Formats: sequence, structure tokens, C-alpha cells
Amino acid sequence: MTNFRTFRTGPSRRGFIAGSAAVGAGLLLPMGARAQSEPKKGGTLRVGFTQGSTSDNLDPATYNNDFMFASGYAVFNTLTEIAPDGTAKPDLAESYEASDDAAVWTFRLRDDADFSDGKTVTAQDVIDSVRHHMGDKSKSGIKPLLEQITDIRADGDKVVIFELAAGNADFPFIFNDYHLGIRQSTGDGIDPQSRIGTGGYVIEAFEPGVRIELLRRDDYWKKGHAHFDKVVILKVGDAAARMNALMTGEVDLIDRPDLKTIDLLGRNPNVKVHTQDGTLHYVMPMHTDTAPFDDVNVRMALKYGIDREQMIETVLRGYGTVGNDQPIARSMPYYNGNLEQIAYDPERAKFHLDKAGLSSLDVTLATADAAFNGAVDASVLYSESAKTANINITVDREPDDGYFSNVWLKKPFCCSYWGGRPTPDLMFSAAYAEGADWNETNWHNERFNDLLLQARAELDQPRRAEMYGEMQKIVKEDGGALIPAFGQYVSAMSTSIAMPEHISEMWDLDSQRFIERWWMA
Amino acid sequence: MSRLQKLVLGRLFLGILTLFIVSALMFIGIELLPGDLAQQILGQSATPETVAAFRAELGLDQPPYVRYLDWLGGVFRGDFGTSLASRRSVADLLGTRLANTMFLAVYAAVIAVPIALTLGLLAALWRNTAFDRGVNLGALSAISMPEFFVAYVLILFLSIRFGLFPTLARIDEASSLGDALYRTFLPALTLILVVVAHMMRMTRAAIINVLAAPYIEMARLKGVPRWRIIVRHALPNALAPIVNVVALNLAYLIVGVVVVEVVFSYPGLGQLLVDAVSSRDFPVVQAVGLFFAAVYITLNVLADVISMISNPRLRHGR
Repeated sequence: MTNFRTFRTGPSRRGFIAGSAAVGAGLLLPMGARAQSEPKKGGTLRVGFTQGSTSDNLDPATYNNDFMFASGYAVFNTLTEIAPDGTAKPDLAESYEASDDAAVWTFRLRDDADFSDGKTVTAQDVIDSVRHHMGDKSKSGIKPLLEQITDIRADGDKVVIFELAAGNADFPFIFNDYHLGIRQSTGDGIDPQSRIGTGGYVIEAFEPGVRIELLRRDDYWKKGHAHFDKVVILKVGDAAARMNALMTGEVDLIDRPDLKTIDLLGRNPNVKVHTQDGTLHYVMPMHTDTAPFDDVNVRMALKYGIDREQMIETVLRGYGTVGNDQPIARSMPYYNGNLEQIAYDPERAKFHLDKAGLSSLDVTLATADAAFNGAVDASVLYSESAKTANINITVDREPDDGYFSNVWLKKPFCCSYWGGRPTPDLMFSAAYAEGADWNETNWHNERFNDLLLQARAELDQPRRAEMYGEMQKIVKEDGGALIPAFGQYVSAMSTSIAMPEHISEMWDLDSQRFIERWWMA
Repeated sequence: MSRLQKLVLGRLFLGILTLFIVSALMFIGIELLPGDLAQQILGQSATPETVAAFRAELGLDQPPYVRYLDWLGGVFRGDFGTSLASRRSVADLLGTRLANTMFLAVYAAVIAVPIALTLGLLAALWRNTAFDRGVNLGALSAISMPEFFVAYVLILFLSIRFGLFPTLARIDEASSLGDALYRTFLPALTLILVVVAHMMRMTRAAIINVLAAPYIEMARLKGVPRWRIIVRHALPNALAPIVNVVALNLAYLIVGVVVVEVVFSYPGLGQLLVDAVSSRDFPVVQAVGLFFAAVYITLNVLADVISMISNPRLRHGR
């Protein structure tokens, strides 16, 4: 659910701060988010975003920041979208169904969906848009996920059939991805720079790294969406500049306010702070095939040696929840709530060291703020808390530039993060399955890999839940991922911005679909 | 050929040579940085296959010297290439950014230079008075604070407290010249505060230095008024060092304002260069870098020419 802080109680400083911000908001909106009126049309939304670069362009294969994700979702639709409850629901597709083994998927497209130039969406458009990310020449970040597709074909103008190498009950979730916004077919693929989309907005002006201006399409086929008349996204990289602009009313919404000074926003009665729990999590992956991390007791010792609460309080300034060394968030389907929460326990850490036949342990942790904001501080804190357990962690600070090419996946113990995936299958397949490109722990657990394949094709929900529950337990107790915390998405906005009672928390700002889902109250 | 022509031609030749060296150094610098464009853009989602496909598409799989020579060949034909990241032509990409940067620089310079020179002259005229000390104190305080701090203080008071000026310098929204000047007033004021001290102090020092000369004493004994001594006799002879400092500061206003651009979210060349370096977009880095180098070289040549014209001994030298 939407998480305005007043609905939580807590004695901590952040509770007070957020509370006072929301009290300010309460003057205008007596019952907070719930009292908000029905969506209404009109208004200009001005957004200040942290990310966005001169190197941005419209080719969906190159999208790599929030600026492009949000603009992309406003201008182009995807076959499916993620609903507030975390399930996939049809967007450009009208319906979809799987064969009994979940290996053949048939998507039927909506009859009324059309592009901004008036052409209706055809099966060929979908096929070419997906193919753009496949094949040897693809440079797309989603290529690994599409490798399971063995054949795509059209059945008439409105039906697309995907054949997969093996059953996958979560296949529709993939199509929510920002890479897979549907473009028009040119007869020979798509024009990657095309501005013609099916979305509720058309591009009025686009200056990469500076701003994009979007105008609503009055004939948008998706009823009850796209409320703002106009949307302007500005790149405002400096956190202080972003917050100043919000305070003076030059923008209506900003992402990633500076957590150190966020209490200053609370002084302005026209500003509210918004948080979402989401799937964002921080990881310290250990290579389970490299000594000393190849010993599960060493991994457990390291997992017990980190003070998670302290990290959340100091590094995340309270905007996070403790992680349990498995990547499935509470808000996700199939979350296993029965696992015991791991906590800082130097004695248990020593006990595991002992079992590994060690009296003390010396390891090096590679880190950089490129891994996640605050990673260096978190690493230093970790090395302090681990000392009590006779674990000496040398913090090795790496350059931010090229961190994910030169350090991540290469150093046996480092820092990284995951924006999360909508389903356990997608998350596990991306980073924990044997042979996955981003298996950052080089982890190979036979039982886990078997379960992953079984669960993927399993259409019986209770059985599936049971399997994913067991997999979360295996990752926690055997895997090489130390997941100290889940981070919250924090944004701030004018009190005049309204949103539905339930929003998608998977990613920041209604999973970056706020442009067509929110409105000006 | 006159001495002046020789000097200008010689400087131009050296300038072009410098530009070559600068471009080679920049290329080496980008090559030395970890990661290339494919890795920077793909980030965490990079896989070996996608990186290879990306490199092949952009020609990044060629050896570095081939890429440099390719680029150099293009430059000789007047083609600065296309941005590797956005596939837009570099000339197109630079266009509005260059105009924005020049607008802000000229705006600040038109105000800062006359103020600095006047204050410097007055400070020399009323040397060691309360006015002199006050001006010095003010100017030195402004220059001693980092420019982002000056900017934040201005935003705090002029935007947040009194609501006089916008905090985002959105020149793209400006409807008229007056509106553009209003929207960019805070960044311009920040720059003015930062550059005035240097020019003012140099003007004051240069004039005071000349005031000790015997011909000034002569003029004084003849009963020439003090202001006339300074403007007619001292200033022309103090011009060379002042012009040099003004040129340095003008160059700074064009090439050194990236921090101010970030604080006010102003779309100038500095921001473009930072983005291009962080994505390793080599043609853009080269074009912006060469422009910056050319600005420095041109302004320095101009300063030398002006000092020469202002000095009869140099002008008619044997």
C-alpha cells in the first residue's frame, strides 16, 4: 500500500520528521492519501529527476535511467503491466493464456489500441519490438531474459504466439519491462528512434540530459488514465537544487531527496514526503567457489557478523528494512514470512568460524559508492562490527567508474544492489541460477536449481508457493549473498499531487508509471 | 611584416599545435579511464555478448590509434563526428549548449568587468580609506567562498526566503531576452561575485604600482587633479597586466562554470562535458575540450595584442 509515514508509529527521529511533514499535508488533505478525490484531468506536472544524461536516446535497448523509464512508459505501452497487488495484468494485450505446460503463450492484442499516428497495433509491431532485443546484434539489457523464446509468430493481425524452450508460468511479467515498449514495425524491424507510441502522451520536446516535455493524447484508448495535460521532466542532478526547486514550487515532484536534509522539506506545508517499500535491496555477494567463501560456515560467520540495524539507522537514515539474506521482498508474491530473521550475533559468527576450523578470518571487501549510495560507509561499518567476531575485513575502495564492469562479478567479495524483479522466478533466474549471466555469487545448488525449473512451469499456486518458500530458505542458509537491507524508495512532492490508494511499490514512483496513473488534486 | 602581425601569426600557429596536443592528451585520458561507452551505458545489466555487440556497432572494437586517426581525419574535413551515445551529430549537440554557455558568460562579463575596473580605480584613488578597505574585504570574502556555497547562500535568501528569483535557471522556458536575463540572474550573480575580486585587485595593484613612478610625481607637482592623473596617466600604463587578468577571468566564465551549472541546473557546455566523460563519449569530449582550449588560446592572444597596442615601446619596437 501507499505508505505515508503518519500511518506508522515509532519513536525514532525519522518517524517524527515524516510525521510533521504529513501533518502539514493534513491541513490541506484532512485524511491524507485516502481522502483524495477521484482522478481529474488537467494541470501540468513538473518533475525534477536525479538521473538523465546527454547520452540518453529513444532506442529502448539503451534505456538505463529513471528519466528514460518514466518517459518511456508515458509514451509507449507494454503488453502487460504490474498491478498494485504485484500481479501482472494486460495492458496492450487484451488477454493471454498459456498451454498446459506453460511453454506456449498466446497473447491477444486489444482492438482499440492505436498509435499516436492513428494506426492500430498489430501482431507484427509486437514481434518486431521484441525481436529488437534478441539476436546476436542485440545490445539490450533484457537480452538474457528473452533467450528462452524459441519462436515468435503471428496468428492473424491481433494474436502473437510465443514458444519457449521450457515452461514459464511467470512469462507475462517479462513484458512489463521498460525495454519492451511496443514500437511500430517498419516491415523490417523497428525504427529505434521513433517517437510514435501507443501511450497517453506524445513527445513535444526532448533534449537529452536536460528535459522532456510530454503532451496528453486526448484520444488515448486506455480510459481512466493519463490525467495531466502536460508533463515536463527536468534533469536536476544536484540534490540541493532538486529540493530547493520543490520548496519554491518550481517543480511538483522530485525523486531521491537528500536523506540528510529531508527534514527541511517538512517545514514547508505544501510538500509531502512519500516512501515505498519496494524490491530494492543491497547485496554483498561472495563467490561461493573461491576460498574462503567456498565453506558454508565461513559464509554464515560473515552473515552473522554484520550489524544490519546499525547500517539502516546510519547509512540509510532509517529508510530501509533489515534483509534476511534472500532477495524476495515482503511486497512480492510468494514471500516466505516463516524464515527466522538473522541478526547481528558475534558469538554465532565465532561458532561458525570454529566449525570451519578457523580461529579468525581475514577477507577483503571491494566497495564503491557506485554499487549503491552509502556502500563505502556500510562497508566500513561492517568491518567494525565484524571485528568482535574475530573477522578482519579489509575495505578496498574501488573507483566508481566502471565498477560494474571491473569489480562486480570479478572480485570474490564486493558490494552491489538489485532494483529487484517482480517475481521470485525472475529474481532467482537473474542472479542465483546456475549459469545465469549475473550469478554474482557463482553459486550452484542442485536442489535450488531443480526447484527453480519445476516452480517455473508449475501452474498450481499452493505448490508453487511451497517451492519458492523452500528456495528462499536455501538461499538464506547456503547462498553466498549477504543481503543486509532492503532500501525504501523516497520521493517528495507537492501536496497537490494525488495518487490512487493502492500503487505499485515494485519500483520508485508507482513503478515509474506515475505519469499515466497520478493526477493533480 | 609588422611586429604585431608576426606575433599574431606565431601565436595562431602555436595555438593550433596546442589544440592537437590537447586532443591527443584527451584521447589518451579517456582511454585510461576504466570502462568504455558500452560498459558505462549497459552498467550492471552488461553481459559479455551485449557489450561485444555494442562495441561492434560503434566501432569501439577497433584499436585506439585507428579510432583517433579516424576522428582526426573527420576533423580535417570539418566533421566532428556523431556522439557515440545518442547518435546525434556533435555539431547539433553542441549548438544550444554553446549558446547557453556564451549567454551566461557574456551576461556575467558585461556586468563584472566594468564593476571590477571601476572599483579597482576608485580603490586606488582612495587608497587606504574606509572605501578601499570595504571593497577589498567584500571582494575577498566573495572569492574565498567556494562558488557552490555562494550559490546556495544566494538561493537561500533571494529564492527561498524572499522568493525573488527562480532556483532553476530554465533558459529554455524564457519568452524574451528580459525573461532570460531574469531567469539566469542568480547564476550570473554567483559568477560575478566570484570573478570581480581578481580583476579588481589587479587593477588596484597595477595602478598603485604606476603611481610610484616619477612622471606621476611630476604631474602631481604640476597640479593635475588626482582622478585625471589616474585615468589619463596611470591607467594606460597599467593596462597590460589588467587586460591579462580580464582575459583569464573571461576564459574562466566560459570554461570553468560547471559547478554553477549543476547547482542551477543550467544546460551549458560544462554539464555536457561531464556527461560525455562519464559515458566515455569520446567525440563529444573532444569537441567540448577543443572548444575550451581554443577559448583560452584566443583570449590569451587577444590579451597580448591589446597589451602590445597599449604600449608604444612594444608597438614601435625595433
